[in-house]
Amino acid sequence: MRRAVLIAVPYLWLLALFLVPFVIVFKISLSDVALARPPYLPQFSWDEGILAFLSELDFENYIFLTEDDLYWKAYLSSLKIAVFSTVLTLLVGYPIAYGMARAPSEWRPTLMMLVILPFWTSFLIRVYAWMGILSNEGFLNQFLLGIGLISEPLIILNTNTAVYIGIVYTYLPFMILPIYAALDRLDGSLIEAAEDLGCSRLSAFWLVTIPLSKNGIIAGSFLVFIPALGEFVIPSLLGGSGTLMIGKVLWEEFFSNRDWPVASAVAVVLLLILVIPIVLFQRNQEKQQEAEQ
Amino acid sequence: MNSTAFAPWEDPEATPLIQFQNVTKRFGDFVAIDDLTIDIYEKEFFALLGPSGCGKTTMMRMLAGFETPTQGKINLAGKDIAPVPPNKRAVNMMFQSYALFPHLSVWENIAFGLKREQMPKNDINDRVEEMLRLTRLEKFARRKPHQISGGQRQRVALARSLAKAPKLLLLDEPLGALDKKLRQETQFELMDIQEKTGTTFVIVTHDQEEAMTVASRVAVMDHGKIIQVATPDRIYETPNSVYVADFIGEVNIIEGTATPNGEDSYAISWAEGQSPLKAASAKPFSEGQKCHVAIRPEKVTINAQKPDGVDNLVQGKILDIAYLGNISTYHVELPSGTVIKAQAANTRRIARRSFTWEDSVWLSWTATAGVLLAE
Ligand SMILES: Nc1ncnc2c1ncn2[C@@H]1O[C@H](COP(=O)(O)OP(=O)(O)O)[C@@H](O)[C@H]1O
Ligand SMILES: [Mg+2]
Repeated sequence: MRRAVLIAVPYLWLLALFLVPFVIVFKISLSDVALARPPYLPQFSWDEGILAFLSELDFENYIFLTEDDLYWKAYLSSLKIAVFSTVLTLLVGYPIAYGMARAPSEWRPTLMMLVILPFWTSFLIRVYAWMGILSNEGFLNQFLLGIGLISEPLIILNTNTAVYIGIVYTYLPFMILPIYAALDRLDGSLIEAAEDLGCSRLSAFWLVTIPLSKNGIIAGSFLVFIPALGEFVIPSLLGGSGTLMIGKVLWEEFFSNRDWPVASAVAVVLLLILVIPIVLFQRNQEKQQEAEQ
Repeated sequence: MNSTAFAPWEDPEATPLIQFQNVTKRFGDFVAIDDLTIDIYEKEFFALLGPSGCGKTTMMRMLAGFETPTQGKINLAGKDIAPVPPNKRAVNMMFQSYALFPHLSVWENIAFGLKREQMPKNDINDRVEEMLRLTRLEKFARRKPHQISGGQRQRVALARSLAKAPKLLLLDEPLGALDKKLRQETQFELMDIQEKTGTTFVIVTHDQEEAMTVASRVAVMDHGKIIQVATPDRIYETPNSVYVADFIGEVNIIEGTATPNGEDSYAISWAEGQSPLKAASAKPFSEGQKCHVAIRPEKVTINAQKPDGVDNLVQGKILDIAYLGNISTYHVELPSGTVIKAQAANTRRIARRSFTWEDSVWLSWTATAGVLLAE
């Protein structure tokens, strides 16, 4: 009995916070746009009965997604940006995590604090702050002009570069923390054993440190990739007209076009795309837990 | 000792494989190794014995190249090893924690060092197979370290460190995690392997029995210094200090003052109302010098009746009997309160033993049974 309750709790949670909203969105994606409130039809009413209601649903919006190349281009471009920024985040995050794990133990809580500290201010404010840094008259350009490194301001804001900077900055802690956790657990005598057996410092790093932090790398990469794929705030604030990301398209369909059904279809497809990395991520976590037992 | 016995340390011509020359190692203010000088010879099985924290691991780590001496010099085969990084030393170490690579199989762990040498694939295969056979791990080659037992892991660590056929193999408490039976088996295995491969072994242990079993020579350490280096039997029979005598095996220590009464012979006055003890010592003691007589319990004879014609005789009451199966250790309290341990073989069944708790007994030993120690 207690067991049943314990198992039921997470499922109820999932049902209330994921499945119910998903079914609602899915239903909207099968509807037609209309000048109504809410702006789609059919609306369910008890008078007409459930069959009449169901008969009006169709997959038109999904077919529409395949007809207009905006959508698949946006998906593809999002995928590209998410992959590329995940790699960048890894390249920036790994050395930081490595440095933290190697730091004297009395420093580590402080370093950890510094990594988490940005979460104490609103994400939106921090992205706006980046606009202030990256704009033509922003701090970065003023600084570079000031020291005479450049004579013309760099155009960074409203380009993909700014989007990459934004994503790397925002999701860096999600990359650092799992890698740090993996490196922290790594037994230092393994590196010494590798050197003892003829490895240089560098090859010991490749042959021992990297493989043994693999799970941290994988976990961190998924934690960055998954939210980056559907990211909306960063591309709309830092990106330009040329930045095509599915999150932005979704927002425009909802709020500019008020086409809820197509927007919902976009969301459902995005979710289906995300299921693959989420499942892979779960697998990785399970494998890790098994290995630790 | 006959001339064919292995004893290069007695040969003034022999050149040592390892020389520690006045080596000091400090961690901050803390002196871990204190002005240590020692020679270790090729093909030796050299044991470092001492309490936890006395600097055994630090010595090993300096040989392996993970620590550098603060002062002094370490030579390996006549060359100063200070500038040689760990990966370029013909030295391999078996770590106290084994340090097996958890992401690699047993086979890959053993092959790890060989692959770094750019050895041809076939040779690597042959060598790994040979090591697996030697350590009887053939069946576990494909397993990961977490899928085998502690004893097997220890053998993998040994195989891995032996695979490169190092000139010098360092074993840091290699058998610490094993239960007694497996431990003894492995000790003999180690000696076997050492004989077969001719590698020089330096083994760290805090188990004196283990050191005595495997080693050609034993160094007893304390606080970063070597107190005595000698063969196991010399260490046991002629310790050079109370510390060594006490560290190796059981011993009775009797404090007293020496009075010379003949060539290499002394009378030791030690307690009110007791006649002086007779002790022989090649080492000179001056009149009235403070000294300690160290006598092993098995060299003390226990009798119910007063024996005749013995050098030293005391009477006491049995306080305690430790029954060890083949032998028993009797704790005998003298009138002065001193407790002396005596060991006797249990040649009769317990029920027919001629003395038991609370019985008054006589303890006796010869003048040469004990060692006279200054400190
Ligand atoms: N890296 C280090 N920093 C500071 N102190 C150390 C370090 N390594 C060892 N020590 C100290 O040196 C002493 C000897 O250590 P060790 O050689 O490991 O002893 P053991 O004989 O038990 O192997 C210990 O007191 C230990 O605390
Ligand atoms: Mg140690």
